[in-house]
Amino acid sequence: MKKELTRRQYMDLYYYMRLNRAVEDMMVKLFRQNKIVGGLYSSLGQEAISVGTAYALEKKDWLAPMIRNIGALLVKGVRPRDIFMQHMAKYDSPTKGKDGTSHFGDLDDLHIVSPISMLGDLIPVMTGVAMAGRYLGQKTVAMTWIGDGGSSTGVFHEGLNFAATQKAPFVLILENNLWAYSTPVRKQVPLENLADRAKAYGIDSYIVDGNDIVAVYSTAKEAVERARAGEGPILIEAKSFRRMGHAQHDPAEYVPKEMRAYWEARDPVALYERFLLGEKLLDAKNKEEIEDKIDTLLAAEREFAEHSPMPPPEFAETGVYCTGDDCHKIRAKWERPIAEVTPPRASVKGVWTVPGFGSGKGSGGANAPIHFGDTQPAEHAAGDDAKSANGGKPAAKMATKATSKKNVKPGTPSASKKARR
Amino acid sequence: MPKPNGAGPNGSVSNGGQVTFLEAIKQAMFEEMERDPAVILMGEDVGVYGGAFKTSEGLLERFGWERVIDTPISESAIIGAACGMSYCGLRPICEMQFIDFIVCAFNQITNFVAKGHYLWNAPAPMVIRGPSGGGVHGGPFHSANPEMYFVHTPGLKVIYPSTPYDAKGLLKAAVRDNNPVLFFEHKFLYRRIKGEVPTEDYTVPIGKAVVRREGKHLTIISYAAMMHTSLEAAEALAEEGIEAEVIDLRTLLPLDEETILNSVKKTNKCLVVHEDTRTGGIAGEIAAILFEKAFDDLDGPLVRVTSLDTPVPYAPTLEEHFLPNAKKVFSAAKELARY
Repeated sequence: MKKELTRRQYMDLYYYMRLNRAVEDMMVKLFRQNKIVGGLYSSLGQEAISVGTAYALEKKDWLAPMIRNIGALLVKGVRPRDIFMQHMAKYDSPTKGKDGTSHFGDLDDLHIVSPISMLGDLIPVMTGVAMAGRYLGQKTVAMTWIGDGGSSTGVFHEGLNFAATQKAPFVLILENNLWAYSTPVRKQVPLENLADRAKAYGIDSYIVDGNDIVAVYSTAKEAVERARAGEGPILIEAKSFRRMGHAQHDPAEYVPKEMRAYWEARDPVALYERFLLGEKLLDAKNKEEIEDKIDTLLAAEREFAEHSPMPPPEFAETGVYCTGDDCHKIRAKWERPIAEVTPPRASVKGVWTVPGFGSGKGSGGANAPIHFGDTQPAEHAAGDDAKSANGGKPAAKMATKATSKKNVKPGTPSASKKARR
Repeated sequence: MPKPNGAGPNGSVSNGGQVTFLEAIKQAMFEEMERDPAVILMGEDVGVYGGAFKTSEGLLERFGWERVIDTPISESAIIGAACGMSYCGLRPICEMQFIDFIVCAFNQITNFVAKGHYLWNAPAPMVIRGPSGGGVHGGPFHSANPEMYFVHTPGLKVIYPSTPYDAKGLLKAAVRDNNPVLFFEHKFLYRRIKGEVPTEDYTVPIGKAVVRREGKHLTIISYAAMMHTSLEAAEALAEEGIEAEVIDLRTLLPLDEETILNSVKKTNKCLVVHEDTRTGGIAGEIAAILFEKAFDDLDGPLVRVTSLDTPVPYAPTLEEHFLPNAKKVFSAAKELARY
């Protein structure tokens, strides 16, 4: 770990990582006391990823957690009591007992979108959030997480591809914890580095040690600022290990002992503590202060959660539909002049411009130069067949052919990259 | 409100007048986008090309690239992104190039979009619209009536209009609604029917059926293209002295029980006509409502005229056999009237 942050940042990261672990430790106790209604999923050993990435966001930015991103929620400002009550299905919980775990959000203040259990669905949704933020001039970034397992879903591809074509200000954290339930990553994905998936979308990616919180934070910070600057979506693969089973019921006996031992020796909290002590950013005294602060906080939060009632049965019937302004006043928060997106200023010529070929719709390719950009002459690329087959309107087809030909050539700059501009 | 007919190079859409079904839909989108910059349109080929059926022609020229978005062939991404946009106060309209492809985004719609308000108080004001229905020899993957998958999903609203007036008014209402609304456009009607729409702004309330023809001997309940088939049959029935009351459901979810019950309590007999396949179609739901709430008023069995329980076949001979038509409705209605 390199020393590069302010003292305040180092201490924040430490506090949230400890809080993340303490909240989950307490939930394990609650689970064993049968106070948690459904399943309990652990992020033990992955806290540095949730905390470090979410800490890179600004308050106005948006995030959508996955099941193991309790730390991200805490960083974004969610109270531990809300997390306890969600798991305990209490009436005072954010979903008032209608859903559990990290399945809750806050559109107005914290800018959190709730996940669903179907993996990958958040990727297009957060792409939309990112696009809306850009459209409204808010300069926000959207972030979500996906596991090694979830990266094989169809919607991962659709979402990230759409984000890339739109250059959406979106950061995707691919949390590679080596296991999708009982299936090891090598049986899911034929890649050494899952970050390589980014190449398929023409976007940039990073690989980071997910157990090194300073590295995670620094990488995420750079990615978030690049996305905010308009560079398009960025994928970060954070490599780590799921120390518990898929959920509490799963003893994870399929994990080799040696693998577990290796990662347990690299516990992210212990690693960071050693670093802080070595750099004299932390001593025994303020470590104890932080522990006391967390203990006191969580005792009170747990007390509140336990005293919250269960929702009344008939509450199940409510809230399927928004009933209108009395229910939600939906207003877009414009931070750019509306005139920019309303006619006549919004008006454009409804044409695509295809580099090297005329001026788009209606041009008939009449103005097309004979060369396709800086590549080989068009007659070589498309051939005479294509020209005659298209009866004098060859532009679109020739472009396709020329591109595909070029793609198979090794060593030339990517044609697809060119087309994106 | 500004006139949407840009009367110049940017936007060729006029408002009001005697228009086709398709033109009415285009006018609705045009006017809503003109009215509210939070309204955007997303879909495959909706921009430069103006949509596979030219429903969005002229919108890109008028509203620009940020508001009329050509997407990759990724229905889940379209729906998902629209959902995310709706969380930020936008009101996206998503076009499915053919409504058959809506099932590619089934999970996104039924699990993400539909459940958000119930679970975490997140309204998703968005519209998913597209051309549906058969009769144009589109084959098994371009002729679907998938409305009932979604009628079975709490949290959605489902609209299936039959006239240009309703199409425009209901689409405008859908855009302004705070809930996700599915808007089915029967493609057989796109250019085959015309109707008068007002020049001034109007909406048609979601969830309200309408009596298209008054009658006393039986009630025929239908929607979309089959509404016209039912009216045609009703005219033929009238020549035989049978006066059928024809109800156009317009909205399938929420279903207007009141209009259905009022009519059946008057006529005491009910025939349901839908182009959707038979099993699990809306006729079954209407039957259940009548048995629960109008059992004593019924003087005959509930009769269904529907498509067959098969995929939509391609050959004209097969498709015509598959679909209901005025003759089939006429015979079933005549038999029911005599019961």
